[in-house]
Amino acid sequence: MGRYVVRRLLQVIPVVIGVTFIIFCLVFALPGDPIQALAGDKRADPNIAAILRDHYHLNEPLYQQYWHYISGVFTGDLGETYNGRAISDIVSERFPVTLKLGLTAFAIEAVIGIVAGLFSALRKGKFIDNVVLVSTLVLISIPVFVLGSVLQLEFGVNLKITPVAGIERGWPQSYILPAIVLASTSMAYIARLVRTSMTESIRADYVRTAIAKGLPQRRVIGLHALRNSLIPVVTFLGFDLGALMGGAIITERVFNMPGIGGQLAQSVYLRERPVVVGLVTLLVLIYLVANLVVDLMYAVLDPRIRYE
Amino acid sequence: MTIIDPTDAVPAPRSGDGDKTSPLLEVRDLHVEFKTREGVVRAVNGVNYSVDSGETLAVLGESGSGKSVTAQAIMGILDMPPASIPKGEIRFFGQDMLKMSGEERRKLRGARIAMIFQDALSSLNPVLSVGFQLGEMFRVHQGLSRKQAKAKAIELMDRVKIPAAAARVNDYPHQFSGGMRQRIMIAMALALEPDLIIADEPTTALDVTVQAQVMDLLAELQREYRMGLILITHDLGVVADVADKIAVMYAGRIVETAPVHELYKRPAHPYTRGLLDSIPRLDLKGQDLYAIKGLPPNLLKVPSGCAFNPRCEKAQDICRTDLPPLVPVTERDGTELPGRASACHFWKETIHG
Repeated sequence: MGRYVVRRLLQVIPVVIGVTFIIFCLVFALPGDPIQALAGDKRADPNIAAILRDHYHLNEPLYQQYWHYISGVFTGDLGETYNGRAISDIVSERFPVTLKLGLTAFAIEAVIGIVAGLFSALRKGKFIDNVVLVSTLVLISIPVFVLGSVLQLEFGVNLKITPVAGIERGWPQSYILPAIVLASTSMAYIARLVRTSMTESIRADYVRTAIAKGLPQRRVIGLHALRNSLIPVVTFLGFDLGALMGGAIITERVFNMPGIGGQLAQSVYLRERPVVVGLVTLLVLIYLVANLVVDLMYAVLDPRIRYE
Repeated sequence: MTIIDPTDAVPAPRSGDGDKTSPLLEVRDLHVEFKTREGVVRAVNGVNYSVDSGETLAVLGESGSGKSVTAQAIMGILDMPPASIPKGEIRFFGQDMLKMSGEERRKLRGARIAMIFQDALSSLNPVLSVGFQLGEMFRVHQGLSRKQAKAKAIELMDRVKIPAAAARVNDYPHQFSGGMRQRIMIAMALALEPDLIIADEPTTALDVTVQAQVMDLLAELQREYRMGLILITHDLGVVADVADKIAVMYAGRIVETAPVHELYKRPAHPYTRGLLDSIPRLDLKGQDLYAIKGLPPNLLKVPSGCAFNPRCEKAQDICRTDLPPLVPVTERDGTELPGRASACHFWKETIHG
């Protein structure tokens, strides 16, 4: 197990190098001049532009630029933006927002999704099941910006229960509504996933055995059946955690939250090559760790899976 | 498949409980139906049988004959719906279990009546250790602590002769061989020393040598604890070794009952005769194996009259119209044969002819 984890962590290094290089090339290939972008509509001063180009190695070939960047990353320096701000600053300012929003959404989708799926499976074909099926279908079909705007209008503007936008009121008031919006689609998928795998496992032989042992129903369902249905759910949750940490561009925009997603979108727009690459590298790392945790969770949930 | 000689290899039955008021378990006129999209499947149509302490009843029949459904109805583990029990009684120590509340029945399950399932690999929970699954019986029914339960689990595993029980208690079902897994199933059923054990084809998934070991173990433990045992099987070889009496089922009905050695010597129903004739025999080596022609009936439309009539060599017109009742079987001179009954219009011809 320990050796497996070490091996997986070592695999992170080539993945990070590969991913950053690809992102670097992609951003490099984007049309437009980042230095000119700094000046906006005015023409950039040629002298200042030349100095900046030199400072950020923009006149060197791609591989050299990449080399400057990646050697910085491995010494812990994520680089700086074209207006001289350290990228680590941006991350430490923006990431807590994304983290709070993402984890809140994660908790909402996991708890509500699993509970809804469970009831749906246990009352298959009954009223509750149909409610879950229809509502999940609706949630999956509604675009995030529509749901976001509608909830914002209803709860923020009309009912005044939650702030309309921004994060001034802190966690949880400012985060709860955006988190619900962000969680909605995944919550619906999880409910359906749990419903399917639960339906399968409550018909399994070992569940019949558990009933024949005279165990109370709570124990039969909650322990014997649920434990076996959780594996696909954990897979989904793991990948989704990675995705949530990547920020939510639309939700952040609707609720005006200064998270990673909005920053990333803005940086792509401004051709802020180091910011884009830096943030993406960070997201890749988070994704890889989430993946590893999922794989390790498999072994915890199902003893038939062993790593050496 | 065990090859037996139908005349010699039959053991004498162990005697049942001497003084008794009501039998350990008595099934009376039990009916079970399943509602399906195609119609109502009548899986069990008026089954009667009883088991005493220390007694082994073998229920014999093809797939779909209703033997497992009857057992599940006794355990109370039928999925209702689609299943329903429109009629009948299941008396446990004289008390009708079908009238009990769900909670009362749950407390009986596992503690007083236990069941051994066919395929131990799928019947044990793959993600919980065997020690946990065994210990669960004590924790739920007797409120023992985790630690005490584990000690009990080790004791049980020793009891069913699993080598190095203490070292293997934390292993998972997939880490055991088929025979060992079935022993764990048996241990789980025995855990609380129930009064009745229902074994649903306990050896079908095992190879022949292991089958014999597992059956011996089951018989030994049953003798020791003086439990009633209902052994559901389609393997006549298994039955001959351990059963006291046999009930043969066909299309949801009991077609013949008899003490085990009697049945092998003189079957009183053409279906039983067909089953016995289809056992491979050493003295007929090299010849074609006899098989009952045709297929078991579709339970959605059971043939009228005797359900066996389309496959029966002796079928007459009456068999196609009149349902034969289960009647006591007697000697040629009218002497009663205790425990024997047959549901055939021509039982006399079958047993004596």
